[in-house]
Amino acid sequence: MNNLNLPEVFETFSEQRKNSFIKVREYRDKGTPIVGAYCTYFPKELVTAIGGVAVSLCATSDETIGSAEEELPKNLCPLIKSSYGFAKTDKCPYFYFSDLVVGETTCDGKKKMYEYMRRFKDVHVMQLPQNQEEESFKLWVSEIKKMAARLEDKFRVKITEDRLISAIKLENAVREELMEISELMKEDSPVLTGTELFNILKGSEYRFDKEELVEELKRIKENLIEQSRVITDGLKSSSRPMRILLTGCPIGGVFDKVVPVIESNGGLVVAYENCNGMKNIANPVLLEGDLYENIARRYLDIGCSVMSPNKNRMDSIDSLIEEYKVDGIMEILLPMCHTYSVESGFIRAAAKNHKLPFISITTDYSSADSEQVKLRISAFTEIFNG
Amino acid sequence: MSTYIGIDIGSTCAKAAVLGDNKEIVCKIIRPTGWSSIKVAEDIIAELKEAGVAVDTAKIVATGYGRVNVPYADKTVTEISCHALGATYIFGGENLLVIDIGGQDTKIIEAVDGNVADFLMNDKCSAGTGRFLEVMANTLSMEPRDMCELARHGADTTISSLCTVFAESEVIGLIGRGEHKENIAYAIIESIADKVISQATHMPIVNKRIVVTGGLCDYDYLIEAIGRKLGTDVISNEDARYAGAIGAALFAMRL
Repeated sequence: MNNLNLPEVFETFSEQRKNSFIKVREYRDKGTPIVGAYCTYFPKELVTAIGGVAVSLCATSDETIGSAEEELPKNLCPLIKSSYGFAKTDKCPYFYFSDLVVGETTCDGKKKMYEYMRRFKDVHVMQLPQNQEEESFKLWVSEIKKMAARLEDKFRVKITEDRLISAIKLENAVREELMEISELMKEDSPVLTGTELFNILKGSEYRFDKEELVEELKRIKENLIEQSRVITDGLKSSSRPMRILLTGCPIGGVFDKVVPVIESNGGLVVAYENCNGMKNIANPVLLEGDLYENIARRYLDIGCSVMSPNKNRMDSIDSLIEEYKVDGIMEILLPMCHTYSVESGFIRAAAKNHKLPFISITTDYSSADSEQVKLRISAFTEIFNG
Repeated sequence: MSTYIGIDIGSTCAKAAVLGDNKEIVCKIIRPTGWSSIKVAEDIIAELKEAGVAVDTAKIVATGYGRVNVPYADKTVTEISCHALGATYIFGGENLLVIDIGGQDTKIIEAVDGNVADFLMNDKCSAGTGRFLEVMANTLSMEPRDMCELARHGADTTISSLCTVFAESEVIGLIGRGEHKENIAYAIIESIADKVISQATHMPIVNKRIVVTGGLCDYDYLIEAIGRKLGTDVISNEDARYAGAIGAALFAMRL
């Protein structure tokens, strides 16, 4: 086994978004179709099947929020404003090089924002139904087929069954590897921190050669196990760290003021029940039966708060609590995310059911409340560590 | 005899509490935080030393928003955990709902046997805090404490803005309209109590002793107003402003 320098690997993954700016241009110059997407509901398999690159456009910095607010209302979620701002100001190379941008009718803010975006970019919006009932499923299957036809038409490539099967297998392999690394957090003394896990999860979205990615993830996992690292040394904790399940909104834009703070205050994030984690990597696309239906099923089952009711999220939280031996639940909300904010009461109730401490923190992409967030997190971990 | 010191550097006032072996309070001091929490931390330790406290051998825990600026502390603990423990020490009881009204924020803490079970705090907003009270008292050219007592004699006036800046202009509007001072004071205290209640009612209040800690602990009329609105007894006392410091000293005993 070739030994990897794991800290270096984690560092590379954490910088992957920046490091792939040049890569995306190379792909574009080679004529590879580049499809930008914002959401976990986007069926990546279709882009992989046409030999294209699907790239995440979900923005994580407050740099462009000011520009976005020239058109969008101030009281809108920072993720939508930031994403629109990057698109509008051409500051995101991934957006710039995307031949096509795909959105879904997830939340109200996003779907209306795409109407603005359409004025300067080729945008395809998928109509996402808001529950998993039969009629909704049928609609989503037809939306997936429509998406496939749009890609075939735009890039003049036929999505044959063989191509689709290979694409599904490849995307399943990526998910499986990411899942296996995530599952290392089930151990009593995990070999990586939640911060390191997040860097792998996030960085993988900007790896365009997925076969290579699968191989690398395998090597990382093997190395993590072989080297039997002791990570609790780096965590501030006299005894064992408080094992935290993180849930709620996407955290890319608030990661720095949350997760490293948890892990330097006696906590350890053992699972991400959000778009950056489980929603993105759990559940494969099945290969038996109608492939488009299988793709539709895998994605429609995601337990996002735009679904009503949203039993899948509650089920996922229930099982993650058991599997990852969770000591506390922390919910991170972005301001003005109505669906997650309203659902918060159910998460609090679930925590109570499991007799676990719960905290819900609403925070945006700015650093204005860093100290308050730090205080809340510290006090929360003190519940466990005393 | 061992000495345990809790230092609570708040946004408005810095407090210290010294406990002896039997958890008895040996000494407590309070002074304005001023502009530098490092300086006030140094001043406090000098004052304790002068008062004969064995600071060199003492175990020291710092809390409050300036807790990281106490270089001589052995440990820092958040004011949330300290108020839970300190309030339980002061008021007794195994099931407390602690309302800590501070200079820049208000925290509602559910304490079970002195430990935090759950807590809430206000966001980036000064409504329902000591700062709000201070700004309003200033607008009425009064001492905050006098304004609070004057409110007892007022009635039938409301201010609806929660934002300190907007509320201030609302108060100026009332002054311009010739509204009686006691009525304006009443409206201000009602507004603070309402804001505190809107937070507190997110927490379970049944079968809890509800206590107020923090700098407004002896603003009797405010405590009464909170109790009236909650429909239950709410208690406090003068020592409750030291709840954070006492809690920190109790944490020092665990070192």
